[in-house]
Amino acid sequence: MAETLTQGKCSALVIGGSAGSLDVLLEIFPSLSVNINFPIILVTHRKAGNDSLLTELLKNRTNLTVREAKEKEKLLPGYVYIAPADYHLLVENDHTISLDYSEKINYSRPSIDVTFQSAAEVFKNELVCILLSGSNADGVEGLKTVNKYGGLVLIQNPETASMAYMPQQAVNEVKPHLILDSYKMAGYINRLIHK
Amino acid sequence: MIIDAIDNEQVEMLLNDVLEAHGYDFLEYSHASIKRRITRLYSLDSFVSFAEFRYAVKTDKQYFKRFLEEITVNVTEMFRDPTFYKSLRNDVLPALGTYPFIRIWVAGCSTGEEAYSLAILLKELNLLNKSLIYATDINPSVLEKAKKGMFPLNYLKGYSENYVQSGGQKDFSSYYTANYSLVKFDESLSSKMIFSTHNLVSDHSFNEFQLILCRNVLIYFDKDLQHKVFQLFDNSLEKLGYLALGSKESLDFWANAKDYKRIKNEKIWRKL
Repeated sequence: MAETLTQGKCSALVIGGSAGSLDVLLEIFPSLSVNINFPIILVTHRKAGNDSLLTELLKNRTNLTVREAKEKEKLLPGYVYIAPADYHLLVENDHTISLDYSEKINYSRPSIDVTFQSAAEVFKNELVCILLSGSNADGVEGLKTVNKYGGLVLIQNPETASMAYMPQQAVNEVKPHLILDSYKMAGYINRLIHK
Repeated sequence: MIIDAIDNEQVEMLLNDVLEAHGYDFLEYSHASIKRRITRLYSLDSFVSFAEFRYAVKTDKQYFKRFLEEITVNVTEMFRDPTFYKSLRNDVLPALGTYPFIRIWVAGCSTGEEAYSLAILLKELNLLNKSLIYATDINPSVLEKAKKGMFPLNYLKGYSENYVQSGGQKDFSSYYTANYSLVKFDESLSSKMIFSTHNLVSDHSFNEFQLILCRNVLIYFDKDLQHKVFQLFDNSLEKLGYLALGSKESLDFWANAKDYKRIKNEKIWRKL
């Protein structure tokens, strides 16, 4: 599969991860270009109350603005939004963020499926989603929706992921555009920058 | 794929039907959330077509009851966000203790977990006997559950931990009796509660309160509707009264926010 995928411009990137994904994020973030001109949304499973920790960790590794997603704020290019623990994150048609405290999905809140699906409906074929390491099946249904809307589906290589289950489920059930090792991700993301 | 079985226009149609046929206005709810709730219900109930679903929602009173219950989010907990309850216990309620009579409004109370948590705090501060908690929700079925004060036993371990983290020092189990898979909270708590339907979108202020709790309700409303509801709360709050919101909600950007002072680190504002 060619790594130089040419689709429309990238209007948003959503990254979902669970167990074992933090290391990948810490690896990616220092290499992200400051010229990134689309918003990045991060949805990771973690315990409530550790919000600021993840934000701080990532903030210190990039010059992009990293912050916890606020209710009803508008997604801006070059900003990284972290889904707050214990809330689902949805995207509205006007590119603002809605938070939602409804039932857990795949035992998770935030659920990666919810954000992937919601972003797919809004950004359609201008959406890029990456699913990282994890040990439950969250994200798989969401990636199907992303595929259906013509978005780009990238999955961390299960063979090199610290928890293979989640990316493996996705590889089995969704047709990814690309299966990537973590060290190649930042470069790939940087190439999504459009003119 | 289930998720987009219903498109944006159909959502709009359905919500217009609901307003016309039943008088409930969901048009200013956050679109993404309500669309997701509607799509979820449509697939849960295995309708063959959108037309059939629409017809049921419009004409079948029994089904509309279910619709109302399912498209509103009724996920709640006792002592959710323990630091919030700590602040109620240490800062807010003692300040209200000087009033001869304390009126509290829990707006969007769902199945009542917050109202019972609050009653426990009031009881421990010896304020319950002079307090009244008005617990309201758009949805009559959840109020029926709230009135009973019965919650699933398997949640109680988590609630008890929240209670301890919020500064509770009693034996939490002294507040309820377990009966098979449910626990029933002491009636001395519910005796100080008044349950009633109230729709934040269309109903007016009905009393003046010293404390209004409305947590994780406004996240489902769009900005304009949020501001209307803030105005409703403002009209329902005494001077020096408190307004408490959910952990991700905020008075910021509301025109009259300057008349409120926030308690440090908590989503609690005092009306000046």
